[in-house]
Amino acid sequence: MIPGPFDYQVASSVAEAIALLDQHGADAKVLAGGHSLIPLLRFRLASPAVLVDINRLRDLEYLQEADGTLHIGALTREVDLEASDLIRRRYPILADTARVIADPVVRNWATIGGNLAHADPANDHPATMLALGAQLVATGPAGQRLIPVEQFFTDSSFETTLQPNELLTEIRIPAPAERSGGAYLKLERKVGDYAIAGVAAYVALDGAGQVTYAGIGLTNVGPTPIKARAAEQLLLGSTLDDAVIVQAAKQAAAEARPVSDLRGPADYKRAMVETLTMRALRQARSRATGGA
Amino acid sequence: MSIHHIRVTINGKLYEGDVEARTLLVHWLRDGLRLTGTHIGCDTSSCGACTILVDGKAVKSCTMLAVQADGRELLTVEGLEQNGKLHPLQEGFHVEHALQCGYCTPGMMMAALALLKRNPDPSEQEIREGISGNLCRCTGYVNIVKAIQYAAQKLREPEQVPAGSGGGGE
Repeated sequence: MIPGPFDYQVASSVAEAIALLDQHGADAKVLAGGHSLIPLLRFRLASPAVLVDINRLRDLEYLQEADGTLHIGALTREVDLEASDLIRRRYPILADTARVIADPVVRNWATIGGNLAHADPANDHPATMLALGAQLVATGPAGQRLIPVEQFFTDSSFETTLQPNELLTEIRIPAPAERSGGAYLKLERKVGDYAIAGVAAYVALDGAGQVTYAGIGLTNVGPTPIKARAAEQLLLGSTLDDAVIVQAAKQAAAEARPVSDLRGPADYKRAMVETLTMRALRQARSRATGGA
Repeated sequence: MSIHHIRVTINGKLYEGDVEARTLLVHWLRDGLRLTGTHIGCDTSSCGACTILVDGKAVKSCTMLAVQADGRELLTVEGLEQNGKLHPLQEGFHVEHALQCGYCTPGMMMAALALLKRNPDPSEQEIREGISGNLCRCTGYVNIVKAIQYAAQKLREPEQVPAGSGGGGE
């Protein structure tokens, strides 16, 4: 299978990438790691007139903590997230997520920004970013704007609120509070497959052990990545005991919108969301209280 | 549709050519340069048969455009053998009988090479994870894991051939 014809342009700076996107508008697609886009081109499910290759923008590959925020360059490869000491030590939920994306060869090239901007409900980072309350930096001709992740995805699959002339350039995650932690769990048929279901959970506790922040994101159980808001509400103010975890897990399953497909019947996927939410919350609690 | 002149170093040798933007790297290697050691399996970046190294990192060459390789250094399975002597990975695959049909073998060896560069003494689990993006439908992977262990030891201790190996490839 060979892609349809297109023009190819290499961006040598972020400004050049944006100028190209501004020039070509909706006819252009950004080529980052390409592990979603190139298969789409090959199946002729996408036929953009122009590809803007951003792979040479090394200044978009970075991981750094500054001013209470983790800044991740949008072109950071999954392998670098997975291997980073900073990520493993301070943001284990991100390492959990990166290491279950596709397979190790794909992760050498695939990027965190592409995983988010492709807005595939089966991709893994969206749920984790929803749980973490991330902010995304969109850079366009007029400069940068910050988009809270819950406003980045729309009600449609494969759609974001990025404008055609904007590039996702950075992901910002609040540095972990003292008693906070999270986990991402993915049930998959085999390495390299999309999730049957995936759950990201993140919690912060106060000195008395009460939940001051709760985030739950769901992967591949609906037309978009899902933020399980009612389940989060149940957790707030609780002491995150087993009873409330069970209750929140049931609620998260109720907020999932799975359909029956080759990965299983909808009821099964809903049951898996419940189980995975329980496990993710328990692991989040363990990490928030100093465990692994 | 744009056409691009690219210059790519492959197995230490400079290749140049004009490629359509839409030409996939694996097609340029195989059809353009006749470097047919790199195989095409699933066409969808699932099977890993087309794995090569790009700037030292394993990449599925069916999911990269040829034009993206411009200015980069590639290593394909043809580059493993040096001066008529098999690479320890090739030797390991031979000695440990790590292939049956052989279709996955080039990609498997390139993924293993990338793994051993990063981790010269991997555990069995790390080997299995390292090749988890490469599918083999014949062997059940047991002998592939042994072959990579053989190569890992040979690369660490070139003088010591593993016991019972029969000293293949010498």
